[in-house]
Amino acid sequence: MGSLELGPVWLSLQLATVTVIVLLLVGTPLAWWLAYTRSRIKPVIEALIALPLVLPPTVLGFYLLILLGPAGPIGRFWVQLTDSALTFSFSGLVIASVIYSFPFVVQPLQNSFQGVGRAPLEAAATLGAKPLDAFFSVASPMAIRGYVTAIILGFTHTLGEFGVVLMVGGNIPGSTRVISIAIYEHVETLSYEQAHILSLGLLIFSFSVLLGVYIFNRRLPFNRI
Amino acid sequence: MAKLTTQSNLLLDNFLFDSAETLELNGITAIFGSSGAGKTTLLRILAGLENRATGFVSYENEIWQDTKNGVFIPSYERKIGYVFQDGRLFSHLTVEDNLYYSLKRAHKGLNEKTTIGFSETIKSLDLQPLLHRYPNFLSGGEQQRVAMGRALLRSPQLLLMDEPLSALDLKRKAEILPYIKNVANQFQIPILYVTHNIDEATHLAQRMVLLSSGRIIASGEIGEILERADLWPLTGRLEAGALLQATVGPTKKGMTHLLVGEETLKIPAVSIEPETKARLRVQAKEVAIATERPSHLSIRNIMTARLLSIETGESAFSELLLDVGGQHLRSRITREAVKELELCEGQQVYALIKSVSFEGRLFT
Repeated sequence: MGSLELGPVWLSLQLATVTVIVLLLVGTPLAWWLAYTRSRIKPVIEALIALPLVLPPTVLGFYLLILLGPAGPIGRFWVQLTDSALTFSFSGLVIASVIYSFPFVVQPLQNSFQGVGRAPLEAAATLGAKPLDAFFSVASPMAIRGYVTAIILGFTHTLGEFGVVLMVGGNIPGSTRVISIAIYEHVETLSYEQAHILSLGLLIFSFSVLLGVYIFNRRLPFNRI
Repeated sequence: MAKLTTQSNLLLDNFLFDSAETLELNGITAIFGSSGAGKTTLLRILAGLENRATGFVSYENEIWQDTKNGVFIPSYERKIGYVFQDGRLFSHLTVEDNLYYSLKRAHKGLNEKTTIGFSETIKSLDLQPLLHRYPNFLSGGEQQRVAMGRALLRSPQLLLMDEPLSALDLKRKAEILPYIKNVANQFQIPILYVTHNIDEATHLAQRMVLLSSGRIIASGEIGEILERADLWPLTGRLEAGALLQATVGPTKKGMTHLLVGEETLKIPAVSIEPETKARLRVQAKEVAIATERPSHLSIRNIMTARLLSIETGESAFSELLLDVGGQHLRSRITREAVKELELCEGQQVYALIKSVSFEGRLFT
């Protein structure tokens, strides 16, 4: 057995963690809005969010490369701001991952907010809870399963992404060389043993996490969506 | 008496709610009407849950909504308690935490007298054995008791109850009614109680607001409203009748005696202390008329009455208004009978009522 390089593993975990945190911060208000709005543009927003589910990662990666590249509108702005390029950097990967994993976080949250519905929020309002208070004290705990699903799906999906990363991030050790890229390279260079270790590790990890989620959902002290 | 003013408009799908009324509230006021009359809508407008409603709402000296001047006090700042039809307990919290949720956010700055305490609420609604359970493991009746407690702990100045018993069977209803009366007496908060069940309304309420097709048709003392023949199509022509004030007398041979003025009525035995004041609802269709005191008859209750008026409409029936010792009684008999008995206004008649028709109609 050759020496095991843990770099890509840590990088992947870092990327997934940061991505999930960003997604929760951005996705929660959006999912909340989608769950309760009567706006006519709701289907448009929903379709946009669902796009990464159906688009080939290369299409997404291609457009992100153009947008984030030093010549693209976002990329140019970033260069002015930080004096470094977004493409082929960790920050660029985070932005790409956030977009790529967006539906995996927003959809479970939206579904569970819809499942909670307006009724408990109205009850909270008549009991003196202001909207933000009602969100944290009633809606969020009642939507706990949605949060767990969103976090796990967002995390594991980011961990497993390949196409977008390859196009936007490339293969720079310590910066953009995540697990999936490392596995690909090991296979290319016929280092099957290394590929095995990383692949099996990812498989066992993903299974354990999902198993944990299902057990947790069964054990909730109340029965709710 | 607390004063509630509403001039509200709300267009929901094809239903227009449009009410303008100043209501005097004291004790329990029933908001009565058939389904689709706008009862729940009225309650929701008062609670601030219908932000699309326009108009004016004020309670006591506080303006809750005044669309013209851009005033809309949100639900969480109105001094109300709301008991929903479906309870709406928070399923992720125990009963105790549901109650504390309300207590923690209770109206501040009120004096000692109007602040409702935790222990008195628990005691009044028998919530002690439920405290550590989760709402989903409670029966419908238990959930509603908790919901009432939770609403009370907000120390509201107006308690809104939206058909809290509609999901319960008859037996459970009978178990909860005393709690509601108790709450009204003990905490002295005006209660608006939505129901489409006339028995519930007459049992609980002293006053009534009658709604139909999104409008307030009448409001006032409940006995007066039920007596108005012009409202019978709304209060329930056959269901309606009269409320007699009675004093409970002794119980003999399985029959409880009731003193109504000079007359004595016998009803199937009830376990109510003698000398208690009670109200007896007598449906018009249960009252028969004779011009002479009959004998050889199975009917136990024969009361001397004076015929005040005869109303004959399109149907085969006539509605008679009778005076029994100063109280009103209604009778519904066929037009043919009116003609054959040669009934005329001012005449003395005998009102006959079968004892069995009183079952479950005596309210204290």
